[in-house]
Amino acid sequence: MAETITAPPKTSSGKPLRTEEMIVNMGPQHPSTHGVLRLEIVVDGEIIVDVVPHIGYLHRCFEKHCEHMTNYQQVIPYVDRMDYVCSMNNEFAYVVAAERLLKIQVPERVEYIRVIMAELQRIASHLIAVGTYGIDIGAFTPFLYCFRDREKILDLFEMTCGARLLYNYMWIGGLSHDIPSDFIARAKDFCAYFKPQIRDFNNLLTYNEIFIKRTANTGVLPADIAVNYACSGPMLRGSGVNWDLRRDDPYSVYHKFEWDVAVGTGETGPVGSCWDRHIVRMKEMEQSVRIIEQVLAQIPDGDVQSAIPKRIRPNPGEVYARTESPRGELGFYIVSDGTGTPYRIKARSPGFVNLSVINEIARGGMVADLVAIIGSIDIVLGEVDR
Amino acid sequence: MEQFLTSLLGNALVVHVIMAVIPLLFILPYALVVIYLEMKIAAHMQDRVAYMRTGWHGTLQPIADMLKLLQKEDTIPAAADKPLFIMAPYIVFMGTYAAFAALPFSSAFIGSNINIGIFFIVAISSLVVVGLLMAGWSSNNKWSLFGALRSAAQIVSYEIPSAFAILGVVMLAGTMSLQELSAIQTGGIMHWMILGGTLPLMKKLIVIPLMLILFVVYYISSMAEVNRTPFDIPEAESELVQGYMTEYSGMKFAIFYLAEYANLFAVSAVATVLFFGGWASPFKSLMTGPWWSSFWFISKGMLFVCLNIWLRWTLPRLRVDQLMYMSWKVLTPFAFACVLALGLVLVW
Repeated sequence: MAETITAPPKTSSGKPLRTEEMIVNMGPQHPSTHGVLRLEIVVDGEIIVDVVPHIGYLHRCFEKHCEHMTNYQQVIPYVDRMDYVCSMNNEFAYVVAAERLLKIQVPERVEYIRVIMAELQRIASHLIAVGTYGIDIGAFTPFLYCFRDREKILDLFEMTCGARLLYNYMWIGGLSHDIPSDFIARAKDFCAYFKPQIRDFNNLLTYNEIFIKRTANTGVLPADIAVNYACSGPMLRGSGVNWDLRRDDPYSVYHKFEWDVAVGTGETGPVGSCWDRHIVRMKEMEQSVRIIEQVLAQIPDGDVQSAIPKRIRPNPGEVYARTESPRGELGFYIVSDGTGTPYRIKARSPGFVNLSVINEIARGGMVADLVAIIGSIDIVLGEVDR
Repeated sequence: MEQFLTSLLGNALVVHVIMAVIPLLFILPYALVVIYLEMKIAAHMQDRVAYMRTGWHGTLQPIADMLKLLQKEDTIPAAADKPLFIMAPYIVFMGTYAAFAALPFSSAFIGSNINIGIFFIVAISSLVVVGLLMAGWSSNNKWSLFGALRSAAQIVSYEIPSAFAILGVVMLAGTMSLQELSAIQTGGIMHWMILGGTLPLMKKLIVIPLMLILFVVYYISSMAEVNRTPFDIPEAESELVQGYMTEYSGMKFAIFYLAEYANLFAVSAVATVLFFGGWASPFKSLMTGPWWSSFWFISKGMLFVCLNIWLRWTLPRLRVDQLMYMSWKVLTPFAFACVLALGLVLVW
């Protein structure tokens, strides 16, 4: 954090020079607000006095659409479009909620395939997060390495369900397609290929001296503030809180596999800095590869569409199910009135909640720090605004 | 060359005009080549191939890009200060281009063989700051203003370590004329300034580490002076959109770019002349003569340009206060200590 000048400068006649703070609009068209976020920042020179995020530029009435024009199955394509860089995880969260409401038990094979897809998607999403974070800090090259590797994951998705970004793959009670016959071999190839890439990437960006200088003392989010603001995901774990819904509120078959929760340790500076959030994402990618390898080795046979209900009409009631998306706790609260259309769907999106802490951690930093902080929060405006 | 032209044409004014235009004839093709190189080097570092369609391996793409920029509408924001807005890119280019006057392109050609060549370059390239400030202020855009103020602070601070590094070489060589400086370094690689110039062997051993430090200091400061990553904070794309260039389009934008690339060559060329022999051949009397010397000068310069491109596509960007810290608390003391030590060695 930079020191501020305390004594005001004087004019030639000795009177204090009139100075005032400048209000700058950052976004909605700005290269590093990751979409259409608008930040109203009050700056004193380069130093940030106040930040007010303005959201809503990408609001698409997700929740209203769900209540009026859809049945339960038709919500899934909308869910895809919430957080468009990790559609699989959104679908996962929604189908877990809907299945709990309908009390459906899905076949083992479906759960295993869902875990593979969710973890591959988590890697793809984190690759975008760390790659664009490199751009925010000024390094362009790591971004393209990330996209090269993400491409391989998208190829796997494409061979499974034909889509590369918005899949409509996980259905309530099953999947739209079974995995193709050579999927397992290719996914294993990917895991073998990807592990050394993480090491290369750490050498290129994570442990770069300038990168550490830029991020290690920036945007420090203490654990208590993180908890008070209900931050989740890498935001929370970066601050040293060991909390991961895959382990702490188990859903699907995550409890069958061995993996560690990555937590920020303050290796380069105070715990909870931008660097800690970045390294948590890097470590999570390694852990995701670990999970995928185990799932691939144990995947059972079965029919992926046997449990799909013909007619979805849940009994009146409500359910809240939460899952660990790459950005944090993604939860769906569904109220059913006994008809085929949901009475109410509320999405608890991690990006929205994580973004709310920005003023707390960006104040007193510099404009360049603000860019580093936004990047480390890893927001996707599609999910913040819905 | 000047004498030759004078005897040929007999008119001093015409000769001066010709001498002034020759570097421009170098800069324009050079800019096309270096844009192509930058894109290709960056692409291959990033595991992609860049331009492939226009011409063999996309060699005609820079020309296509230039034509596109020429055709673009030249917009001026309604709230901009028009005269300053229009003037700014030309002042930036002028400051850069003037530096080319004192660069010894060959043993037979230098735009203007003044005896304070290096001093002139240091002074005239400061003019660039004025242009950048004008661009940032007249755009009437807060991001542009940020960029302009940052660049002013940056260039002014980095001139100090770079001037110290230059001072060290000037002390060693005893001349400020770049033509003479290059002439001193002829006779093989051992006479280059980075290896202690023409000093006796004993003194050389002490001087070489000092010169290495001075070279590193100069090279880092020169990167800062041309506003390229890791020091590109004035136009930091992810922070300031495009810095002082945000509101520029079409030809004016192209001129900013031309100035940036020209400046890149100018500082690389100065590094070459100061430390790596300028146009002097690395092999004693082999491959000397006016044409060879211009070959050596340009290829050494291009080597540093490529080094700069390499660094640009590898490193992240520093923050503005870290940049200042680096200049005032790291580079300047080191350069100062080196100059002091060098002075003691030379006196002893």
